[in-house]
Amino acid sequence: MSAISVSGLRKSYGSLEAVRGVDFEIEEGEVFGLLGPNGAGKTTTVEILEGYRSRDDGAVSVLGHDPQSPGPDFRQRIGVVLQQSQLWPNLTVRETHAMFAGYYEHPRSVDEVIELVGLAEKRDARTKTLSGGQKRRLDLGVALVGDPDLVFLDEPTTGFDPAARRAAWEMIRSLRSLGKTVLLTTHYLDEAEQLADRVAVLREGRIVRVGTPRELTTSDLEVEIHYHRNGEEVVVTTTEPTRVLHELTADALARGEELDHLEVRRPTLEDVYLALTEEDAEA
Amino acid sequence: MSSEAITVESRPRPGSHGARLFVHQLRGEQLVFWRSREAALFIFLFPLLLFLLLGSVYSGKIYGVPASQALLAGLIGYGCANTSFAGLAIQLVIRRENAILKRLRATPLPAATLVAALLVSTLLVFALQTVALFLMGSVLYSTPFPSDVASLAAAVVVGSAVFAALGVATSTFIRSAEGSSAVVNFILLPMAFLSGAFGPTLHYPAFLKAIGDVLPLKYFIDIVNTVYLRGDAIWTKPLDLAALLAWGVAGLVIAVYRFRWEPTSS
Repeated sequence: MSAISVSGLRKSYGSLEAVRGVDFEIEEGEVFGLLGPNGAGKTTTVEILEGYRSRDDGAVSVLGHDPQSPGPDFRQRIGVVLQQSQLWPNLTVRETHAMFAGYYEHPRSVDEVIELVGLAEKRDARTKTLSGGQKRRLDLGVALVGDPDLVFLDEPTTGFDPAARRAAWEMIRSLRSLGKTVLLTTHYLDEAEQLADRVAVLREGRIVRVGTPRELTTSDLEVEIHYHRNGEEVVVTTTEPTRVLHELTADALARGEELDHLEVRRPTLEDVYLALTEEDAEA
Repeated sequence: MSSEAITVESRPRPGSHGARLFVHQLRGEQLVFWRSREAALFIFLFPLLLFLLLGSVYSGKIYGVPASQALLAGLIGYGCANTSFAGLAIQLVIRRENAILKRLRATPLPAATLVAALLVSTLLVFALQTVALFLMGSVLYSTPFPSDVASLAAAVVVGSAVFAALGVATSTFIRSAEGSSAVVNFILLPMAFLSGAFGPTLHYPAFLKAIGDVLPLKYFIDIVNTVYLRGDAIWTKPLDLAALLAWGVAGLVIAVYRFRWEPTSS
């Protein structure tokens, strides 16, 4: 069963069309990544699903609810990490979690959640004394304390140093093992590749590709074969690398030459992403 | 409400659940207030400090009563505006701009419960402050306790509600958390001065008195004077009460029309 289903979603702000007909489905227990540059419509899409914004057109179902007029248990079952938010600076980590826990009918144990997000040592610290990464973990903790089935993470690691990012990734992976459905937005490719079961690439308010990170990198682009001939680099791009490689090596053998610096390059997710999001620039 | 506002979901929960949520949020609001040294100092202690200073400066009689009693009534007025208007406005701007309000919107906490808990929490602080002012006056300046406690309590509740409405309304015009304290005090301090919160306005020039006479704090202080200094019931001043409530309704209309949950920048 789908946790989220979106079809024909549209949203404009005045003359700006932020979302121009978006369709996707997210299965229960899936970690789904919305990937795209700034201004592609990621946050608008997510905020419509969270119930913050009304939509202009299209059909949306989140855990069986229309987030525009949700039933009473909708907010019991979702957890939200906003792109930017601060909590009460003078409450401690534990008090902040307890405050949020009180809003839910069946919260998780506050201490367990604090442990899960790695803030046990900071339990009694006021939230204003936390580092940026720790504050983000606090955001995640209060999003999990209501024991939601679905967690929205809007750019959860923006501004992190590499170590903090790795730690956050571990936490997000642990959400999967808890059976949560996760909708993650990011503009980091490695993050989508590391975390998401499936990725949708968003560009100018439209989804230009959906698939597993592996599907995106294997099906899509031509493979590049690089070698040097007479000291100059030759690049052959092809969708049939086996055949081309066979011909190249057969030719070289026939001439008794060596193909210097021979290399076959598969596109990375980055290549795919850049190709998808920069089509206009090339056209 | 915002055009983006999503309909408030119906809550077919038993009343006890709603009451539990309200008590939970009220306790949270109290914790948030008293934990902040700035709030506790500027909102709660500042009117008491002013009473200490002004009480030792003024002597003799004001409005035919000992100066300390008139000052006490004026500072209850200042305390009301300071707590319910300034304190609430600053707190709301900070919460809105830091996306705390937005974050809370995604929880099952109903908007009405959040607002009710915030208002009652503010009222509690102001009521406690009023009690502290009376205790302090009694100990330092031998001021009497109010003879009509019910009328004074009613005045405290009405005043707190009116200034809270004005505070919420004002918060909708302030666009950044950093500037909120300055903007609010820019309104509060001249209003308190012109309304006679810091001493009698009898010797003020006519045009200053004319401005002061239309301000909501002037009407509130008149009501406190009536109840505390003259021992009359609150309803003996229906026109003052009506003018004060009119300010409250105006604030409420603006508050409801302009209130936003989300940061100004987003």
